[in-house]
Amino acid sequence: MATRLTVNGTRHDLDLAGDMPLLWVLRDALGLTGTKYGCGVASCGACTVQIDGQAVRSCVTPLSSVQGAVTTIEALGTPDSPGALQQAWIDHQVAQCGYCQSGQIVQAAALLAEMPDPTDDQIDAAMAGNLCQCGTYPRIRAAIHAAALALGRS
Amino acid sequence: MGRAGTIARRTFLFGAVAISGGLAFGVWQVRKDAPNPLKPGPGDTALSAFVLIDASGVTLIAPRAEMGQGVQTTWAALLAEELDLDWHQVRVIHGPPAKAYYNSALVAEGLPGKGYDTSGFQHSLATALGGIGKLVDLQVTGGSTSMRDGFERMRVAGATAREMLKAAAAQRLALDITQLRCESGAVVARDGTRLPYADLAADAAGIAPQAVELRPQSEWRLLGKTMPRLDMLAKCTGTATFGIDIRLPGMRFASLRMNPAQGGAMRSFDASRAEALPGVDTIVDLGTGVAVIASDTWTALKAVNAIEIDWGPAPYPADTAAIFDAITQAFDAPANSTMRDDGNADTLPDGATPVDSVYTVPFLAHATMEPMNATARISAEGLELWCGNQAPLFVRRHCADTAGLDAEQVTLHTPFMGGGFGRRGEVDVAVLATRIAMALPGTAVQTVWSREEDMRHDFYRPGAIARMRGAVSDGNAVLFDAQVAAPNVTAQALTRWSGFAPPGPDKTTVDGLFNQPYGFPNYRVRGYIADLAVPVGFWRSVGASQNGFFHESFVDELAHAANADPLAFRLNLVRDVHAPSAGVLDAVRDMSGWTGQTPEGVGRGVALCHSFGTPVAQVIEVRQTGAGIRITDAWIACDVGTALDPGNIEAQMTGGLIYGLSAAVRGEITFDEGAAEQGNFPDYDALRMTSAPRVQVRILETSRFLGGVGEPGTPPAAPALANALFDLTGIRARTLPLVKHFAFAT
Ligand code: FES
Ligand code: FES
Repeated sequence: MATRLTVNGTRHDLDLAGDMPLLWVLRDALGLTGTKYGCGVASCGACTVQIDGQAVRSCVTPLSSVQGAVTTIEALGTPDSPGALQQAWIDHQVAQCGYCQSGQIVQAAALLAEMPDPTDDQIDAAMAGNLCQCGTYPRIRAAIHAAALALGRS
Repeated sequence: MGRAGTIARRTFLFGAVAISGGLAFGVWQVRKDAPNPLKPGPGDTALSAFVLIDASGVTLIAPRAEMGQGVQTTWAALLAEELDLDWHQVRVIHGPPAKAYYNSALVAEGLPGKGYDTSGFQHSLATALGGIGKLVDLQVTGGSTSMRDGFERMRVAGATAREMLKAAAAQRLALDITQLRCESGAVVARDGTRLPYADLAADAAGIAPQAVELRPQSEWRLLGKTMPRLDMLAKCTGTATFGIDIRLPGMRFASLRMNPAQGGAMRSFDASRAEALPGVDTIVDLGTGVAVIASDTWTALKAVNAIEIDWGPAPYPADTAAIFDAITQAFDAPANSTMRDDGNADTLPDGATPVDSVYTVPFLAHATMEPMNATARISAEGLELWCGNQAPLFVRRHCADTAGLDAEQVTLHTPFMGGGFGRRGEVDVAVLATRIAMALPGTAVQTVWSREEDMRHDFYRPGAIARMRGAVSDGNAVLFDAQVAAPNVTAQALTRWSGFAPPGPDKTTVDGLFNQPYGFPNYRVRGYIADLAVPVGFWRSVGASQNGFFHESFVDELAHAANADPLAFRLNLVRDVHAPSAGVLDAVRDMSGWTGQTPEGVGRGVALCHSFGTPVAQVIEVRQTGAGIRITDAWIACDVGTALDPGNIEAQMTGGLIYGLSAAVRGEITFDEGAAEQGNFPDYDALRMTSAPRVQVRILETSRFLGGVGEPGTPPAAPALANALFDLTGIRARTLPLVKHFAFAT
């Protein structure tokens, strides 16, 4: 199926099965491996990307259903120039194994876009779908507060 | 990554040392250094197996698997400390599989001592014996041993390289070596002349290494401080390469289904529907399962699920009840071990009040965030493998055997691991990926397990049953007599690694029970082995994960039977036996403001466990809310001897606690028709940000020796929580998971 997809500002013309989840389109067809596979059933958040600013689970989002522009972790900053959330993550030394963190950061970015200064409860509610088996939750929460502060200042 | 990548690739080409696999070597061989596996390319110099210098600087080799525990960062800090590198100059790679990278502390961890009472002599003995690791392929990341293993060896490696560089500079400048010092990756003379290491490396390599003296702790620049993790930037920008992220030219993607009745046969399969799907290349018959190679992971997953398969039965009882019956029956046979027998545990002390309980814990999955996967390419040159793993020498040998190659023809890359927790110490993932890639010679094939396949083909933390018998008198415990029955993790894992498991008493079955720093006057612990073929393996903190729960829940029962405050009751028993263990109890009492009293609607519990050389005490607080019970706070105190990286220790203690709490609250693998009934996070969930407590960690440094940090945070979590729930509700949970007894808020 011929599909036109915009990812991180770049347009791609793809010929892939319409039922292929966006996750595998990104990882296997476009080589954007920052977005991770964890469960395939929308229960861990490792595959979180944004479509028009909304956080979605790309593992259960068929390519044919994607209407808007897709943003992945790769567009939130780079090693040379990390984004505000990524910098807060680095400052708080959040990641352990790191596998869940792309999803956590993309989810947090959607949260801060909607609520620039979330409370602990608002953070918890927004992040509840993002599992971290390494147990980095306390530092994630602290990093989101720090990023909110940094973004508020700038 | 570019530069480190080239080094990694080149160093994989070293002529590997012969695989011995036996213990029948003289001590002299243990002492002899294993051959240096780094074969520097032109312009590179390897000053030891751990330091590689070229024109662009110094690369340190940290041959321990980075699964999130920060091992590579601290390992590099040990080297850089003595080598006088600034932190921004530090580059680290995992390096090739090699005997020089043996784990000495893991061998010592297997010795039968109690752990907390190690004398100086035993410590040296353990260190000396640890050299055996180099004879038996024990390049393993596990047992919370990396820092205990590397603490001295890596500083010595750094210091030796530094002195060689200084000697080279002394020759070149015609100065006495005492007039030279090192700073920021250069040798500096008194007149300010700077010779960067890269300029000296070639000369230094010709200088014989001398005995070195290590710097005292008071002079440390890097160690003892929280260092920014070397992998942090990559992991926060989506640019860290995990095994599942390997992308190679022309590569194909595979997925597999093995018999869910694990170890059972495959009678037949029909792949006609799968074969017809566009994008499918090949169906691979794996004998006890089947794989599909396709254009992408999604097609492979879809196709493999479209295969109809007739499975044979499991070689173990078919359901949970029958499996636990078999574990119960183990008590009828003679004990496999009596690793502790103080006083007389046969008779009830005069006038004492007896307490008896039976505890049961379920099988648990590892559920690493990154599902199992490996990439393999077989060609005329041999086999190239990319696989996150905790035991590279074993992986290499098994994959070589699988492909009919010599071990030297196998190149193994160890990328970042999205969690390990013990699961990635197994060789099955790499072996299956090798077999699948053999169906498509010349092409790199990445095999990704679905989450369901990952959970249903795990090597589980074994289910276990404990029969606890105790007694109290005058407010004190006077008898502690534990019997525990479980399948034998060590025997299974060693057999999978090396085809052989030593007979005799198994320490793992009773670890965390027999070796706790409590002065019970009558203290006996016996272990019983259930002969079961359910696959079991090392799970974060291993035996202590279940035995910590048994021990510390039962001590709580004794405290309540004695009408004593559970924390004071423990302190009474511990104080004279092991001061650091008493110290961590004191610390959590102070941190949590423990009074022994909790208001209505609030419960608190405490637990202590000494494991992997580190005593850890935890206090957990729970609250009854309208939405259910919430785990609100946790206070952790640990005594690690010397805190090499406090920030990382805090992270490991917190993560260990949360992993333990997740298992305690929700973790349970049950079986039906031989298959694990849980397959994905909806039925095998963990704590989420909404359900995880606030955590405070205090690190003490009074222990005589360095302790582990990756695992010791896990064992006290379940009992501290269960004890808090008892305080809140009056209900004593003697089986896990706790969600079966209590309504938690989600
Ligand atoms: S992989 Fe999509 S939510 Fe888990
Ligand atoms: S950092 Fe490992 S799963 Fe979150």
